[in-house]
Amino acid sequence: MIASEAETRIASRIAAAREPLLVRGAGTKSGMLRPVQAAATISTTGLTGITLYAPKELIISAGAGTPLHEIETALAEHGQHLIAEPPDLSALLGTEANTQTLGGVVATNLSGPRRVAWGAMRDHVMGIRAVTGRGEVIHSGGRVLKNVTGLDLCKLLTGSHGTLGIITEITLKVLPAPETVGTIVIPGLDADAAVVALSAALGSPYGVSGAAWLPAEAASRLLHPSDAGRSITLIRIEEFAASVTYRTEKLRRELGVPRAEILGDRESRALWRAVRDVHALPVADGDGIWRVSVRPSSGPGVLRAVEGAIGYLDWGGGLVWLAGPATETIHREIEAAARAAGGTWTLMRAPDSLRGAVDVVPPEPASLAAITRRVKEAMDPRGILNPGRIYAGL
Amino acid sequence: MIRLPDPKPDVLARRDAVIAGLRAAVSDAEGVIGDPVSLKPYETDGLSAYRQMPLAVALPETTEEVAAIMRFCHANGVRVVPRGAGTSLSGGALPLADAVVVGLMRMNQILDINYKDRCATVQAGVTNIGITNAVSDEGFFYAPDPSSQLACMIGGNVNMNSGGAHCLKYGVTANNLLGLKIVTVDGEILHIGGEHLDAAGYDWLGLLTGSEGQLAIVTEITVRILRSPEGARAMLAGFASNEVAGECVDSIISSGIIPVALEFMDRPAIHACEAFAHAGYPLDAEAMLIIEVEGSVAEQDDLLARLTAICERHNPISLRVSQSVEESLAIWKGRKGAFGAIGRISPDYLCMDGTIPTSKLPDVLRRIQEMSDSYQLKVANIFHAGDGNLHPLIMFDANDSNSFHRAEKFGADILKLCVEVGGCLTGEHGVGVEKRDLMPFQFAEHELEQQRRIKSAFDPDWLLNPSKVFPLRDQNTLPHAA
Repeated sequence: MIASEAETRIASRIAAAREPLLVRGAGTKSGMLRPVQAAATISTTGLTGITLYAPKELIISAGAGTPLHEIETALAEHGQHLIAEPPDLSALLGTEANTQTLGGVVATNLSGPRRVAWGAMRDHVMGIRAVTGRGEVIHSGGRVLKNVTGLDLCKLLTGSHGTLGIITEITLKVLPAPETVGTIVIPGLDADAAVVALSAALGSPYGVSGAAWLPAEAASRLLHPSDAGRSITLIRIEEFAASVTYRTEKLRRELGVPRAEILGDRESRALWRAVRDVHALPVADGDGIWRVSVRPSSGPGVLRAVEGAIGYLDWGGGLVWLAGPATETIHREIEAAARAAGGTWTLMRAPDSLRGAVDVVPPEPASLAAITRRVKEAMDPRGILNPGRIYAGL
Repeated sequence: MIRLPDPKPDVLARRDAVIAGLRAAVSDAEGVIGDPVSLKPYETDGLSAYRQMPLAVALPETTEEVAAIMRFCHANGVRVVPRGAGTSLSGGALPLADAVVVGLMRMNQILDINYKDRCATVQAGVTNIGITNAVSDEGFFYAPDPSSQLACMIGGNVNMNSGGAHCLKYGVTANNLLGLKIVTVDGEILHIGGEHLDAAGYDWLGLLTGSEGQLAIVTEITVRILRSPEGARAMLAGFASNEVAGECVDSIISSGIIPVALEFMDRPAIHACEAFAHAGYPLDAEAMLIIEVEGSVAEQDDLLARLTAICERHNPISLRVSQSVEESLAIWKGRKGAFGAIGRISPDYLCMDGTIPTSKLPDVLRRIQEMSDSYQLKVANIFHAGDGNLHPLIMFDANDSNSFHRAEKFGADILKLCVEVGGCLTGEHGVGVEKRDLMPFQFAEHELEQQRRIKSAFDPDWLLNPSKVFPLRDQNTLPHAA
């Protein structure tokens, strides 16, 4: 990891900045969380290119502005993949497909269905370079897979939505991509029965790497013709071909659904991509989108508690995607349901009027909020990086 | 020798009052230790070359007691050193003369096991193996498995972000946590995360993990528990040189197989472990790999056949695929007993812990051998080849202070070498006091300063485990001004 010209330019611009800046990659997720009031925009799209790829060391480094698909393509050439399976939410968020950057998915810590088994984006960020709000370039972590040297600022910066520093270069752990994907499809379960099945599957020794439930109205959007009009419960195995056959068969019997359909590799990949990218939710212009994370067994309760929104479950029930009218009433219902389940919520998309007015993520208790404020001051003492993106006034 | 800060004379002078304050905070009269004989066991940890008697020890049984201790210490400007089982190899729990050691070992309760959501909530003083033992009847386990797992406590694992031999597949501690209950330096109790994944907002869970007891006291932990695979089996391959063994590791990684463990031992390590464990290690090999796979018996057979074919391409001197669980255990017994084995051939040893890019292994081992010759100290190397984590065991004689000083210098040279080739100072043991003064080799001063500011955000007066991790500065013994 070495300084690039683009990074130096960002550092000088931050050091000289007198006013708040909107930090932005490709902008595909700028509708998430709260709107930022900023005089100018600072972009990471000049920080492009893979700077190191060592397939035998399971490591890839790239500039934060590198389009994610470029990285996925480079990995695929060596039979490897991004472990956390980050989603492309452009269809959901109404932004341009296939343009999101590596920095964008790291700054938002967005992970796909595989998260439930193999960890989140934040779990695979091994090294980061970033420009702090002081205009200083810092690094944390490195290019090795195991590193506990000093405070883990990789974790702090990942998911910080550009509010603590501008991530300029990222090193990720990668893994061999599975040879074959198979999916058990159980039709017709209600959410509670589905989560029981998903829990049994995830608690089995077969290495389940995807576990989702879609109600009929969401399932129909994924165009799985044989089950039109019924909910679908999906269980994924990713392994060598013989293992996929063995494990899906065995799991199907153990779950007591010996006749459930097993999808082959091609269909499975397409289906899980759609689950990952949240194609199953019907979204109208001006709708709100929420992402709630709870213990898996609480997922069905969250769906039930929120009237007027449609949703589905991933991560074995623990990830609840919800879409509905972007009203404060629905937002409050979602807050209450997530809170009652001891979980967390993120407002992914809504008109500025709503996202500027509500808690887009759970507010912190006073003593933690005080720490948050001091950490923000430690990283960005002038408060110029994406002010107000996560919390009002911060 | 590593310098410790001067104690605060006013705190030393108030020792009796501090002990009285702690007694008020801890309900059990035996939960506060002040007499020198009883304090003695707390004077050191796994880095036993360093010893320092603490001012006092407090052994709380509840989070509320921890909070009361912290409120008292904060109000009175008393430093606090948190301690689990005291197994830190980097001196993370080394006391200070003016500090209260807060030992979490009495907080050893498993509070909740939730199989349907695959998590367990435990107190900080539960041992690492204690979690697995509590869930193994149902076929579950807690994944990170540091070598000290029989003794080390989960609270210490969180503070040091401990690893183990199975990280390539299952990750380190940070990747296996869901929530924490912490006590801040001023005695506030906070919940971080919960039983769900990926709490919104800043990743305090990730930042606290590996923070070496410098940001807060961790009292309860919610961990993910995983279902054990159907089975696991190991194989063993000996090679004529470190280079060839390294190439074999590359071929395995390139094959698409993710072994659950991929361990490398050099010739001195093979010999020491074989003499100890009689595991049938190849004594004529320069390097040896232990490779473990998981799955059903048929899946194991398939993967081991693929791995055998890969190893055979690299002209192994010996190749042995375990045929049974017992044989796998025997193969592991040598590796897991490595520290004891070295202890038998050398009165004392330092266990180093750097990480290097895997491709640099042969080069690094060659240079370590050169150092070994020039320092005239023997070294054995154990390497988590899947993740690049290198453990050189430097043998010395603690009764010979010259030998100890050479061992320390040798160790420091190895760690500098790790940084030089693109790795880091510590892969899983933590910085502690041991590697504190090497931090400038890995971080520029402004980067250390940025990390110090984060510590200050949690602990403005630097009362929590100070004098570790960050090189001392004159003002470091005083409150840090960010």
